[in-house]
Amino acid sequence: MSIADDKPAVRQPQLDYRQMEESVELSHVEHPDSDELLTINIGPHHPATHGVLRLLCTLEGETIREMKPLIGYVHTGIEKTAEDKSYWKAIPVVERMDYLAYFFNAHAFCGAVETLLDLEVPKRAQYLRVIHFELNRIMSHLVWLGTSALDIGAISMFWYCFRDREQVLDLFEMSTGQRMHTRYIQVGGVMEDIPVGFPRKVREFTSIFPDRVDQFADLLERNEIVLQRLRNVATVPEERLLALGVSGPLLRATGNPWDLRKAQPYSSYEDFEFAIPVGTVGDNYDRFRVRMQEMKESVRIIEQALDGLPEGPYITPDRKYALPPRHELATSMEALIHHFKLVTEGYRVPPGEVYYPIESPRGEMGCFIRADGSAKPARVHMRDPSFVNLQALRDMTVNTYVADLIATLAMLDPILGGIDR
Amino acid sequence: VPDATGLELLAQELRDADEAAVLDTSHFRGKAALIVEPRRIREVLQFLLGKGFTFLASVHGLDYFPEEPRLGVHYELLDMREVDRITVKLRVPTDAPEVPSVTPEWPTADHQEREVYDMFGVIFADHPDPRRILMPEDYEGYPQRRDFPIGGEPVLFTFNEQNMPGWWENRPEQQPPNE
Repeated sequence: MSIADDKPAVRQPQLDYRQMEESVELSHVEHPDSDELLTINIGPHHPATHGVLRLLCTLEGETIREMKPLIGYVHTGIEKTAEDKSYWKAIPVVERMDYLAYFFNAHAFCGAVETLLDLEVPKRAQYLRVIHFELNRIMSHLVWLGTSALDIGAISMFWYCFRDREQVLDLFEMSTGQRMHTRYIQVGGVMEDIPVGFPRKVREFTSIFPDRVDQFADLLERNEIVLQRLRNVATVPEERLLALGVSGPLLRATGNPWDLRKAQPYSSYEDFEFAIPVGTVGDNYDRFRVRMQEMKESVRIIEQALDGLPEGPYITPDRKYALPPRHELATSMEALIHHFKLVTEGYRVPPGEVYYPIESPRGEMGCFIRADGSAKPARVHMRDPSFVNLQALRDMTVNTYVADLIATLAMLDPILGGIDR
Repeated sequence: VPDATGLELLAQELRDADEAAVLDTSHFRGKAALIVEPRRIREVLQFLLGKGFTFLASVHGLDYFPEEPRLGVHYELLDMREVDRITVKLRVPTDAPEVPSVTPEWPTADHQEREVYDMFGVIFADHPDPRRILMPEDYEGYPQRRDFPIGGEPVLFTFNEQNMPGWWENRPEQQPPNE
């Protein structure tokens, strides 16, 4: 094993693993009523933690007095891997961070590269991207709804949600060739145009889906158990969430209508009419309601994007950055050279540092790229919303029941692939 | 986004309060950035907080190898009312990678500073919980540094265990596996 040879002057004391575990200090917790505090691990391998997340909880009876999330179990070094690949070859690895929001990962990355290159994306490509973003948002929220309902004991919801999610994944397979991690979004546009019949298939889905959302709502919202598990549980005020950097549906549940699609429109979101659902008090029930409504708004956006889908190229015509069409290779020497250059070295990106934020299903997903003028990024960093939002879990759960922790974690909707990267 | 003039005004106001606080300004692709003295980072962020940049969106770490000073930390600030963004950048050398922690004022920086420490070895002074976050706690080295080789960590599988003689050495608490 080889490591960096320049050791920093200031170092953390080298403790062994057990001592480091003990450094998670929980003994300062006050416990006036009883002397009995119990520290338990929830996870890392537990169905209710939605991934490999470990929660170190100190309980007093059934009440949580202190909670620390421990993460890193699925750290795969994607950011490091991306530094070793040319820009367009980094897209597939970056997509695998937040594995329920792959179009968003890819777009945050591609958007940052496009900003660095100062590259114009054709209107049709922007609309095609929006269609896939919103389908992806629906898909992600369906997984959230199904697994969350499962956590609070509504097993049939899981099957209904995954039935509809399958329908979205079939659409992805039709347009991109893959169900997940599609590599559809490319720098300068999208990989290929949608096939004939795709708009009709999407409309089949969007015509039926709002009713489905209503059915889900009917199943859950009149259920006394669900209401008791969600209402007035894990309320955190808006100011605290802002201080903790929380964004997305969690923030909107407190009534703050911050949504990058409206506030800083990207990819032609300014062309579409849609509402931003907000909650009132910011408890679990509001978080649930906001996401349910968001799915309906996504349907509206998809329908508008299909109606107004402009004609034109689906990827930038600039051959320096986008592969030439296959048929040109047989006749054009120029195209062959471009193809060869792009596939071997890739394009060079002028030096600079950009941060490109977009609104993912979980909040602000930003991609930071430092380019050093070569064909590979010098640094790729994802500001993953799950990673930042997870910090709010302590505020949400301390002094609530341990049973509520499971419901709260479900409503937080963390994706561990995105947290650990 | 503050335009070039607005950025210079901000920088001038900071310089009026503290001569050495702002080292440079930059404007790239419509995005304003302040390059500041590492020791003044808390005051600078506090000043920008007063200007309406109330949301710390992200903290990035990066390595400018082979340039010096090598390590960098970026703070992405957001003004939700004016829909403005500004970046605050600082750089520290690897032999004294100390930056004051901004976690007391900005609780969101907690995990993100730990990540920068974990990946780059930047020490955040006065951080309430300065431990590694993604890598194992007993890990040595800072994997996101540019001179840390990719694939620098041998992955232990059953099939290649024999090919790595003494892989358990330097791990005093662990017993070698039964032969």
